[in-house]
Amino acid sequence: MTYPAHIQDLIDDFSFMEDWEDRYMHVIDMGKDLSPLAANEHNDITRVKGCVSQVWLVKDNNNAEPSRLFYRGDSDAHIVKGLVAIVIHIFSGQKADDIINTNIQAIMNDLGLAEHLSAQRSNGLKAMISRIQDDARATLS
Amino acid sequence: MPNFNITDIRAQFPILSREVNGKPLAYLDNAASAQKPVAVMDAMRRQMETSFANVHRGLHTMANETTESFEAARAKAANFLGAASADNIVFTKGATEALNLTAYGLAPHIEAGDEIIISQMEHHSNIVPWHFLRERQGAVIRFAPVTELGELDLDAFKSMLSAKTKVVSLVHMSNVLGTINPIAQIAPWVKAAGAWFIVDGTQYAVHRPVNVTALGVDAYCMTGHKLYGPTGIGALFGTDEILQAMQPFNGGGEMIEDVFEDRVTYNDPPHKFEAGTPPILQAIGLGAAIDWIRQFDFDDVHQHEMALYHAALDGLRDVNGFRLYGEAKDKGAVLSFGLEGAHPHDIAQILDKYGIAVRAGQHCTQPLMTRLGVHSTARASFGIYNTMDDVDRLVEGVKRAALFLS
Repeated sequence: MTYPAHIQDLIDDFSFMEDWEDRYMHVIDMGKDLSPLAANEHNDITRVKGCVSQVWLVKDNNNAEPSRLFYRGDSDAHIVKGLVAIVIHIFSGQKADDIINTNIQAIMNDLGLAEHLSAQRSNGLKAMISRIQDDARATLS
Repeated sequence: MPNFNITDIRAQFPILSREVNGKPLAYLDNAASAQKPVAVMDAMRRQMETSFANVHRGLHTMANETTESFEAARAKAANFLGAASADNIVFTKGATEALNLTAYGLAPHIEAGDEIIISQMEHHSNIVPWHFLRERQGAVIRFAPVTELGELDLDAFKSMLSAKTKVVSLVHMSNVLGTINPIAQIAPWVKAAGAWFIVDGTQYAVHRPVNVTALGVDAYCMTGHKLYGPTGIGALFGTDEILQAMQPFNGGGEMIEDVFEDRVTYNDPPHKFEAGTPPILQAIGLGAAIDWIRQFDFDDVHQHEMALYHAALDGLRDVNGFRLYGEAKDKGAVLSFGLEGAHPHDIAQILDKYGIAVRAGQHCTQPLMTRLGVHSTARASFGIYNTMDDVDRLVEGVKRAALFLS
């Protein structure tokens, strides 16, 4: 499967990691690199439900690039925050069409993180992706 | 040391020999749901293989046989809870449904301004059904406070009782704190106030002997799946008085006496509350689970589980930033904890990688989390089949998680 460069780069980063500990460490590090949200950006509107830990996604408007969606995010759990970072890496700055058509299952498979996407996982990854893809659909309608 | 053979017990739970993430399973999420012994699976399978039909209304042999098995399960539940008669046992799909049925059933007796007293340590299943009465009928819910140790503040609770109190509904053993509430001590106070006393025995009935008659409660709720039985089955004990007073929730077959075009008369309890085909096989499975657990002495089991709890606590206290939630004098083997700087969610996910199953989250107790001042906790909960090896692995796993997350 061919991916856009920014996704392929992410997969390449993960491809060197052999076990879950390395992958988790890298996921956590990605979360630590997220730019922090302002205190008032942790609110009920930005909160993504369906998660044991708390997740917030902030949608930014960029007037210079009206066709693209931009996100920042946060979580109070390390691993989940890393997943937020991955979701932002994949989707933020992309066009609505591309966001909707992204094969997230394939990407998570290739990252070795597919387990986090299962419906039974209460980490909210699915809910984060739904939030962004719903936003993307809304911009097209 | 336990007076029962833990190896023999574990051999009866096939699932305990599986691996999770390449490691042997250490299952410490028993407060959420327990694994099932072969005896329970066999009882359900045997019924399906040898005699199955719908219950109560048949005239043929298998209908009678199945009804006998089903009603025998009800008698076992009655005996297990110390109820005077099997007629005092309503089968439900679980404790949640038992609590909802009770709240709905009492609704005609609740008026605006009437008070319902619960506590800050209740599970949402013993909060939200009462909120329904608040929303629909203007009932007032009052939350009895929980102390720093995680015990019910008895003085405060007592002072809340008044002529306005119509219902008191309390958990017997907290699913987060492990706290065991002194139900027998409380019951006379509730009676003196002239209120109904409902008790949520979801956790307690798994670990300690229950006698609803001695406790002096009006209703007592239990579930099957935490008692090593199947999902989809629970029981509501109610006294004759409360079951007569309660309105039925589900209407349909079996719960009626006569149906006319302009009126309907109801069957007697418990059937009044069991419209439609009941969970026949699940009830039979629950009966088998009750038989299974009763071959052991509850005190032996309790001693075994508490030895595991204390060993785990001793080990975890050494971990940097460890914080225990729930230090009641009288408590069961539930260990809720947090680590400073580590989210319980992260702890649980990392423990899972080591094959250790614990729960992390709010445990359906948001008011309690607010009281404790935390968003969530990690929880290890022990059952009859857990071992010191499970404890060692939990302690080791939490230590590794602490390092990993530091």
